[in-house]
Amino acid sequence: MHHVPRSSGPLLDRIDPRGRIVAALAFSLLAAVANRPATVLAALALAVLGTAISGLRFGTVLRRLAPVNVFMLLLIALMPLASGGRAIGSLGPLHYGEEGLRLALTIAVKGNAIVLMLVALLGSLDVTTVGHALNHLRVPDKLTHLLLFTVRYLDVLRREYERLNAAMRLRGFHPRANGHTYRTYGHLIGMLLVRSLDRSERVVAAMKCRGFRGHFYLLDHFHFSRCDVPFALAALFSLAALAWLEWL
Amino acid sequence: MNDALVRFDQVTFGYGDRTVLDACDLNLHAGERLGLAGANGSGKTTLLSLIVGLHRPQHGQVFVLGRPRQSEADFREIRGPVGMLFQDSDDQLFSPTVAEDVAFGPFNLGRSRADVEAIVARTLAQLGMQEYADRVTYKLSGGEKRLVAIATVLAMEPEVLLLDEPTAGLDEAARQRVIEILLGLPQAMLIVSHDRDFLDHTATRRTRLERGRLLTLPAP
Repeated sequence: MHHVPRSSGPLLDRIDPRGRIVAALAFSLLAAVANRPATVLAALALAVLGTAISGLRFGTVLRRLAPVNVFMLLLIALMPLASGGRAIGSLGPLHYGEEGLRLALTIAVKGNAIVLMLVALLGSLDVTTVGHALNHLRVPDKLTHLLLFTVRYLDVLRREYERLNAAMRLRGFHPRANGHTYRTYGHLIGMLLVRSLDRSERVVAAMKCRGFRGHFYLLDHFHFSRCDVPFALAALFSLAALAWLEWL
Repeated sequence: MNDALVRFDQVTFGYGDRTVLDACDLNLHAGERLGLAGANGSGKTTLLSLIVGLHRPQHGQVFVLGRPRQSEADFREIRGPVGMLFQDSDDQLFSPTVAEDVAFGPFNLGRSRADVEAIVARTLAQLGMQEYADRVTYKLSGGEKRLVAIATVLAMEPEVLLLDEPTAGLDEAARQRVIEILLGLPQAMLIVSHDRDFLDHTATRRTRLERGRLLTLPAP
């Protein structure tokens, strides 16, 4: 019925989402188990290359990398203190170990490589397409439908929350660090839960009215096209190269 | 009387000890558009859900398409021929895209993929909404959601339409659009609405639910 949606990145958008998901997963696994510095650096280089090809805007990529790197900075600051090895510096009783620093840096590079590759391959897909692609990849129905329903109703819930929140504010509510605030938020969350439950019952009722018997049908069909051949070859070659660097 | 599409025979229903319907009789015939009015909480939505088997009567019997309906299996048979439009379109539209939502019902009825695609295209075209097929349902406006919800019901090619507040929360343009669409449809309808002007335009017969009883109102 409809095909891969175009959002950004003209080159990657022509590639079957299923291929992108499989490639991203395989790359993440390889990068995660890699230990040799050469493999890790090669993975990062691949990821940077992938991001460059994807045509995503630089700002978008940086925004996605930011949260990962806050965590990585913490790791680089703290991990060398806890591990042994030759000390490269000391602060009172604390020794800043070489071994720990090397490990922390490896993790940081791996983490960035994985996130970059995910952003490059999956960042331009909308969640709906990911859900459908997962379904075609034989991921259990329950999981993909959970994903699609979450996407569908997240916004409804958010608006419900915002309406409740606005109504609270209009009646002079200001959040403070006191019992009244905590109790009010408790009521707000409780009300959201109750309403979600109600809504889920109405949704099921509406689905039953349209003959739902526990089975979903997907309209979306993905086609393995000629554009996918070079992508598949490039992905296979890169992954094989990474594996070769790591194990041979 | 037995050719009624929907018939209630002394139907009683309540929640706990609150009686919502008290020995009600109701008839809906082909070609009729029956307007149902009543105060908030008087049980109008409950009455609709009794017709499609979301609730079961405590006494009396519900006949749909000429047969008494009791079990879930009985009601499954009528969920194609009886289409229900929910009050809140967000309850009804759950698929990611408009085309998929419209396709949901026909698929459930066991239609082939080619059939379903034709039905989706035809139904959307009927409502002038062809260009909405690939739109994401949760990003539509309230009026658009209502029209898509109508499309999802029509895609099942029903004989009877149960409409729960079809114009509630719509702006004037969207409301006019819904009125035009409903007037152009051949199906028998049971229309729940507070919108008197809307019922004046659409209903061929009117009734009012009050303290558990259905009262006949003079024809508009």
